[in-house]
Amino acid sequence: MFACIFIPNFSVVAVLRAEPGLRSQAVAIFEGKPPLEKIWAVSESAEGMGITPGMTKAQAELCPELTLRPRSTVLESLAHAVLLDCAQSFSPCVEDAAMDTAIVDLAGLKSLFGTLPEIVRAIFNRALQLGLDANVAVAANPDSVVLAARGFSGVTVIPDGKEAEQLGSLPVQVLFAGRKEQEETDLLAILERWGIRNLRALAALPEVALSERLGQQGLRLRQLARGGTSRTLVPVKEPAVLEEAVELEYPIVLLEPLAFLLNRMLEQICARLAARALATQELRLTLELESFSAFDEAAVGSQPLAVSHRTSAIGNCRSEISSRCNRFQRTLRLPLPMLDAKLFLKLLQLDLNAHPPGAPILKIHLAVEPARPRSAQGGLFLPPAPEPENLELTLARIAGLVGKTRVGSVEMLDTHCTEGFRMKRFAIGVARESTRKKESLELGSEANPSPGTAIAALRIFRPPLRVKVSLENGSPVNVICAQQEVRGGVLWKAGPWRSSGDWWEREAWSRDEWDIALETDDGVGLFRLVHDLLNGIWFVEGTYD
Amino acid sequence: MSSAVISTTAAQGRFFVFDAEMQPEACPGAFPAKGMRTAGSEHSALGIQLEPARAGVLYSAIDNQKSKILSCMTPASRLAARPVPEMVTSGIAAIDAITGGLPRGCLTEIFGPASSGRTTLLLAAVTAATQRGEFCAVIDAGDALDPQSAADAGVHLERLLWVRCGRVSPQRHPSASLRTCPEPVEGAGSSTEKKDKRANSHSSKHSLEQLLRAADLLLESGGFGLIVLDLADLALQTARRIPQTTWFRFRRAVEYTPTVLLAIERQSIAGSCSSLLIKLGTNHQLQRNTVSVTHAQLLTELKITAEVVRSRMERKPVRPAEITFACKTAWAG
Repeated sequence: MFACIFIPNFSVVAVLRAEPGLRSQAVAIFEGKPPLEKIWAVSESAEGMGITPGMTKAQAELCPELTLRPRSTVLESLAHAVLLDCAQSFSPCVEDAAMDTAIVDLAGLKSLFGTLPEIVRAIFNRALQLGLDANVAVAANPDSVVLAARGFSGVTVIPDGKEAEQLGSLPVQVLFAGRKEQEETDLLAILERWGIRNLRALAALPEVALSERLGQQGLRLRQLARGGTSRTLVPVKEPAVLEEAVELEYPIVLLEPLAFLLNRMLEQICARLAARALATQELRLTLELESFSAFDEAAVGSQPLAVSHRTSAIGNCRSEISSRCNRFQRTLRLPLPMLDAKLFLKLLQLDLNAHPPGAPILKIHLAVEPARPRSAQGGLFLPPAPEPENLELTLARIAGLVGKTRVGSVEMLDTHCTEGFRMKRFAIGVARESTRKKESLELGSEANPSPGTAIAALRIFRPPLRVKVSLENGSPVNVICAQQEVRGGVLWKAGPWRSSGDWWEREAWSRDEWDIALETDDGVGLFRLVHDLLNGIWFVEGTYD
Repeated sequence: MSSAVISTTAAQGRFFVFDAEMQPEACPGAFPAKGMRTAGSEHSALGIQLEPARAGVLYSAIDNQKSKILSCMTPASRLAARPVPEMVTSGIAAIDAITGGLPRGCLTEIFGPASSGRTTLLLAAVTAATQRGEFCAVIDAGDALDPQSAADAGVHLERLLWVRCGRVSPQRHPSASLRTCPEPVEGAGSSTEKKDKRANSHSSKHSLEQLLRAADLLLESGGFGLIVLDLADLALQTARRIPQTTWFRFRRAVEYTPTVLLAIERQSIAGSCSSLLIKLGTNHQLQRNTVSVTHAQLLTELKITAEVVRSRMERKPVRPAEITFACKTAWAG
């Protein structure tokens, strides 16, 4: 058995999905070059007001309650992608029949979703959740199911063998829906002249006589009307990236309205991911900005700009603007696959606060890379650990306070240089994995340090304190520093400890280290005194504490 | 008439709430309630004379409010006993011997002068926590943590979140920033010192602000086994600017969680908010006339004394307990 999801009035639905606030209003979609724009599609309520496709925009504008929107190929392609998502959330075998039609193979779904009516109802509800008002039909062959979905509104189930009976009442125009070729139009005109109004009448025509008059095309139409065709589906591949986009009529400047739009896009994209039981680990936000001159690359610190040469189908006016557009990209990489629209929004907001686009925004494009959701098994006796979602948000907030490079975990570098480390992203999953590996390596080789033994720790002065040192026989005897706590005669000293490195690089270092004890107000302080042999500078690097 | 009531509430510093409740027409003959004072006995002092009927209504309203407030309060005798917190090792056996460890869900303060072993104890606690498989956070006001020391102490660095407060210094090598710095001169004018102090004070305030906000965020996030607030490099005047309410908030945030909140300071600043207060000090064994020693000897002879100043874990007031423990360098063996 096959199911077909058909979206009637596709252009209107695509716009309503992007602007849910218009659902209660009369909406008409226009197309064409100004001033010759014509109405392309209308909503039901607009139809009730007498607006029909083919009217000019000027005629439609006479109706004050009507909301007019330009036809958007971007929104239509997004709605099409959502339609495929909806279908693929039930079965991997899905045929992309048209922009507004998808066919699903229902073989083997009974054990997962129940009986046929239950499956159809589930598909219908899923489409509604994704913002698509769809007709859903079930039949034994792919062609009959498409006719049923296009002809009957709501949910339709055609039992096996009763296709001709059920489809008989449909008008002949259903066979030519979505086709504008001259040949098809001529065939329809011939059938109308013969008085063939519905599929039952077409199916009753004698085969040989029809073949003599209309040829193979006529026979195919008769076969379709009888519901007797049979073919296999041509499955479509699952997309590698899920995308959402919004084209704005007027550029937005503030981050607050941008957040409002992002919220809606993220909710839609999360619903699509959830429909496929997937999560994401990478979000890519691309903003098309208005003015090139107003954009200061250095101030914004964005990724390299690329001038967009977009071929827009909206009109000349927008094309002129887009020729001057530039692109601003931000990529959000998460340590673990997540699926939380609110979290994503907050992270994007924090990121955009730290790196504002710097120019009015014309178009928002959001793409996510699907990933398998993480599967973690909790344990009663596991030590506490932060929730990855909470932690990611907290780290983003702290990075906003102290800077992105100043929060995270430490990775030691293979060098003897003092600052021989680098900061890296703090991630729970990575930490657990590396600790597990380390434990497995160290198992039985080395015991943990005894809790009774303390390892003396150094506190680093960043930046170090420059000092003037008096020497006696090459060793320091007195230290003078701007900081009052680090000055006076040397009580005890140990050294020098000579080290050098990176001589093959520009930032070579060579130094003598002394550990010295100085009398301070609170007692005795132990410091690390360093003599930079390349510059001849003495400085106190830190204190033992 | 009503102006007298308004002025009475205003004089008492309360919001005017009785006027709507009074409705004098509805109860013109109200008699004084139980325990009611006579009109004018108190208000005569304020120079306000009230009619007996209005005063009766006023006092009954006050009594009602009082009873409402009292019904919301729980007497101290009926308060639930606070459960004894779970103790975890501090990483140094000698410290555990006198304190019983560090309490979870409580604030522990460790204070002492420079070179008194505060950072040594900090790293020991972090090591112990990471070896238990917990995640730790160090919020470093002075950006003073030495990752090499942490690695030597045995800290699992992947489990340690380090928040470096303060300004960014782009130089990779420490001496790079000093090339343009003038050499200090003995007995230099106090103006340069004052300038330095002013600049340090400004950056310290900035660091402190960052530290407090980061601490709030991490405590709210939860899930960390140990959170360390490293205030050891902050000037005492700056550290004392932290309002007591902030410490109460931290204590409240960490209560009933498995997190150990540890603060490292020069002097105790959290007051009664800390459940455990440990004072550290040094005791050098080297003789003053011993000038040249080895690295290992210099650091090994550093004896650290620890004293428990206050502990809420015991019902009796804590007795002063002191221990001494030694520390060594990682490379000295």
